[in-house]
Amino acid sequence: MTAFVTLEDVSHAYGGDTSAPAVEGLSISINEGEFAAVVGPSGCGKSTLMKLATGLQFPFKGKVRIAGEAVDKPLKIAGMAFQAPTLLPWRTTLENLLLPLEIVQPHRSEMRRKRHEFVARAENLLTSVGLRDQGGKFPWELSGGMQQRTSLCRALIHEPKLLMLDEPFGALDAFTREELWCVIRDLQAARKITVCLVTHDLREAVFLADRVFVMSARPGRIVVERKIDIPRPRDLDVTFTPAFQDIVHELRSHIVKTRR
Amino acid sequence: MKNRSLAITLSPWLYTLALFAIWEASVWIFSIPVFFLPPPSTIAVAIYDYWPAIYRNSLITLWATLVGFGLAVGFGLLLGLVIGWSRSIYAGLYPLMIGFNAIPKVAVVPILVLWFGIGFVPAVLTAFLISFFPIVVNVATGLATIEPELEDVLKALGASKLDIMRKVGIPRTLPYFFGSLKVAITLAFVGTVISESVASNNGIGNLMLQAQAQFQVPLIFAGLIALAVEGIVMYWLMAVLEKRMTGWAQRSGFAQN
Ligand SMILES: Nc1ncnc2c1ncn2[C@@H]1O[C@H](COP(=O)(O)OP(=O)(O)OP(=O)(O)O)[C@@H](O)[C@H]1O
Ligand SMILES: [Mg+2]
Repeated sequence: MTAFVTLEDVSHAYGGDTSAPAVEGLSISINEGEFAAVVGPSGCGKSTLMKLATGLQFPFKGKVRIAGEAVDKPLKIAGMAFQAPTLLPWRTTLENLLLPLEIVQPHRSEMRRKRHEFVARAENLLTSVGLRDQGGKFPWELSGGMQQRTSLCRALIHEPKLLMLDEPFGALDAFTREELWCVIRDLQAARKITVCLVTHDLREAVFLADRVFVMSARPGRIVVERKIDIPRPRDLDVTFTPAFQDIVHELRSHIVKTRR
Repeated sequence: MKNRSLAITLSPWLYTLALFAIWEASVWIFSIPVFFLPPPSTIAVAIYDYWPAIYRNSLITLWATLVGFGLAVGFGLLLGLVIGWSRSIYAGLYPLMIGFNAIPKVAVVPILVLWFGIGFVPAVLTAFLISFFPIVVNVATGLATIEPELEDVLKALGASKLDIMRKVGIPRTLPYFFGSLKVAITLAFVGTVISESVASNNGIGNLMLQAQAQFQVPLIFAGLIALAVEGIVMYWLMAVLEKRMTGWAQRSGFAQN
């Protein structure tokens, strides 16, 4: 196991190093192919952690490395999805999916030549999240859950090595959410991508992750690291077992402690 | 449903007719003298009598307005993109533009006359000066309000600033841009007429000034009507254009019934 994402003793403040830091002394290491989940109280710096790891923000102290290399500009290999689907309303669902391919090299220069292939790839991806034949619709013609699936597909279309998910299921109902857990679980298993998932839902974290990291209140840092050794492939039924519930309870008590 | 949409298509005409009817009636009832407020029927006669002059001058005004408006669109779009592109250019230029916009354009006309003489050129330039500001502001606003999350998604793919501008900035600015055209075209008419009534031998503005000097009150009002018609037609064209280009941005049912 090699470390893929590493943050070492990182501190970051949005208003420069004189203002109150959002994260302080934050260290985390995520292995290649690992599924990591980050939980913590609201405003503790989880989204900030994501931005630091992808080079969208730079810390005033500490080091950020991806695949052994220091991050000094935005990554080119990351797929991201947020709580809001952030799709472009003037593009159809399919065209929204193609957007990353219009930007990331080498696909970008191949866009013209391989367009058919790319469209087929996008359609496959849509099918895999249960959106078969919906590509021609505009995002605003889709339900919230369908938009969120599209947003996930967009994060995956260019086959990123690193997938960053910031509460991507937060706005969904419980059933759709569980359905998408399985989608993400299968995609990660099939492609062995490294995933970093920020969530408020402890069941979600335990069900999906290999390791769960608990952050302290602002300024955030990692206070607990919990390995989840429930064997894979995991089925939704596993969430009703006592062993699973115990882990959820344990994490919950850690968070309660950080809030005090 | 069908009746309803028919009613909506007809209602502008009905309201206009009603306005003229009330106007006509008021003039008769209160026996307002023609040299104070002529009734629509008298104005219609004036339009008929002076049709060649009204037609010729309307075209001149329209042409000056369109040229000034065209300049404003090109220049406004360019400046808006530049201002939306860079925070420092924005900070530097914005106060200047606000100051400039606060200057009454009628005060600028003498300077334009000094530089370019009277006639077509100052009319075009006044139309341009008065109408480019809303375009700049709207384009710059559209660019400045890109959702940060969307920007992050693209940046994490390695998108350059130019990429973000092309894929997101410009498309999402289009509704703002086309919306501003409706405001700009009507302002452009105002600019042209201001300049024509101060410094020209042609155009509706000049026609109205001359009619005033000769105390031909119905002709003054005929000029006003000609301007109003031109303004409505151009506004309507811009609205159609807006709808055509940015249908995706107008999906709210809020203003549709
Ligand atoms: N763009 C910004 N400018 C200034 N301060 C910010 C900015 N973004 C976040 N912060 C501050 O940094 C802290 C951490 O924010 P962050 O968004 O990382 O929290 P979070 O853990 O993701 O919270 P939540 O769970 O509610 O999404 C917060 O206290 C917030 O006020
Ligand atoms: Mg957050």
